[in-house]
Amino acid sequence: MAVFDVEATSAEEIARLLDARELTCEEVAGAYLSRMAAHNDALNVFLHVDEERTLAQARAHDNEGRSGIAGVPMAYKDLFCIRDVPTTAGSRVLEGYKPPYTATVVRRCEAAGLVELGKTNMDEFAMGSSTENSAYGVTRNPWDAERVPGGSSGGSAAAVAASMAPLSLGTDTGGSIRQPAALCGVVGMKPTYGAVSRYGVVAFASSLDQVGPFARTVRDCALALRVIAGPDICDSTCLGPPEPIELPEREDLRGLRVGAISLEGVGGVEPGVRASYEAALETVRGLGAELVEASLEFSLTPHALAAYYLIAPAEASANLARYDGVRYGLRVPGDDIFEMYDKTRQRGFGREVKRRCLIGAYALSAGYYDAYYGQAQRVRTLIRRDFDAAFEKCDLLLTPTSPTVAFRIGELVDDPLAMYACDLFTLPVNLSGLPAISLPCGLSEGLPVGLHLAGPAFSENRLLAAAHALEGAFAFDPRPPALMGAA
Amino acid sequence: MRPGRARLLDSKAVSLTPDDVRHAAALAHIGLEPGELESLARDLAGILDHVGRIASLDLADVPPTSHALDLVNVLGDDVPRPPWPREELLSLAPERTADGFLVPPIGA
Repeated sequence: MAVFDVEATSAEEIARLLDARELTCEEVAGAYLSRMAAHNDALNVFLHVDEERTLAQARAHDNEGRSGIAGVPMAYKDLFCIRDVPTTAGSRVLEGYKPPYTATVVRRCEAAGLVELGKTNMDEFAMGSSTENSAYGVTRNPWDAERVPGGSSGGSAAAVAASMAPLSLGTDTGGSIRQPAALCGVVGMKPTYGAVSRYGVVAFASSLDQVGPFARTVRDCALALRVIAGPDICDSTCLGPPEPIELPEREDLRGLRVGAISLEGVGGVEPGVRASYEAALETVRGLGAELVEASLEFSLTPHALAAYYLIAPAEASANLARYDGVRYGLRVPGDDIFEMYDKTRQRGFGREVKRRCLIGAYALSAGYYDAYYGQAQRVRTLIRRDFDAAFEKCDLLLTPTSPTVAFRIGELVDDPLAMYACDLFTLPVNLSGLPAISLPCGLSEGLPVGLHLAGPAFSENRLLAAAHALEGAFAFDPRPPALMGAA
Repeated sequence: MRPGRARLLDSKAVSLTPDDVRHAAALAHIGLEPGELESLARDLAGILDHVGRIASLDLADVPPTSHALDLVNVLGDDVPRPPWPREELLSLAPERTADGFLVPPIGA
């Protein structure tokens, strides 16, 4: 077997080595499966692995010929339905559920020849910012096993950070790709609402949810996005991007007006995050961008957080009505159908899911609808206007991705409001449907800090180009020291 | 003005009663264990105290946004496709009859 260092090899490089026949698809899959076997007990990244299935897919590409990125492995957050493969969405209510069909994005990955590595841990129904709300135990951050990987796609972020997968997919409703990407020191992107199909993806909040990739490099992120983006007749909200996703090449930011959001008056941002952010702004200037002062009057206030934490639970309370013990998943018997519903959902849902379903039901109930849900939708309009105004003066907007670095397991779990504040910088773009990317820009106390770039609708190529140029300048080493050189 | 809004405008903090939580749980069809009601009521009161503050904003002249982008639903051709195989779907059900989902009676 050729020398193959999973810690140091990008998806793009793997494809090149496969093209050159220096590696086989089976060797690549085997290398990642070994890495998963070595670290999964300690980190709890994967909920489901089927080595035979993975190796069989890899061998098929070796035997039948391959091209492009065929043979590169991909891990999936455990809310992408794959036919006959367990899909739990991190919930007891779906324990043992094997979907009868496959999500469009997974089919697109299969068509491109990506090899399925397994299903990754997540906050139950994608509700959370730490992966502590999984019914199957917390995922640990590869940079410090006593800390959370972020969430809700914490398993997918940790898989890439720990080199257990070169690529993974997640979903982002209020930051669930970008925040864990930041906390784990990898690249994560939430595309524009409507760029990627959600058919076969367990729904959380349908006006906000979007599928996106994790990767070690911005070019790998672009490669994965290119595979998954595109229209889908099975998802009426999916248009696909108006132009093909390009592999970024430019090493500078000349000609770009970059809006820097001042952190003045924004509470809860750690000094180390602030310092990394300010250093990143200097890098932006150094790469030739015109740095302009930008502001989001409404989007970084507690009112935006409030609007999100009313709209998302309201939509979730409707989406989760389907888990009723009738057609699939858990059933707890009851004397009549209503008792069966109540008991099934009592036992099947964890505490945060109950909180959100109750908040959602309450906010939508007679007498409160206008004051809560209606008002939240008006705030949503103000946030849209914020971005419209900002993008008149600049091409993209910068903030930190998360106000903090990875926090300790258990630190925020009993304080829902503190946990919700993790999404301060990420959720405004979900409320506006816009694309954004997080890439690591440095370390604070030995833990990764993420830089967040947001752009106008369908500006994915611009974001990827800027992130790629910045990545070169940051020269961030994505290998967690704790795992370096390990099996 | 609707009662919820008036109540929020009248007082700074939201007073969420155990009855409110019981009502929301009934709407959401989530059974609550003894003790769970009180602790969830505490959590929810804390959350609503924060998120409920937006009720006091004067946004009467701001239109609501239900959807962020001006997207139009993508429609396919109206061509019948093969239905899901019934047996395959029924095999996922916790309880079933030969050709349907079996549930407890509606009202015991």
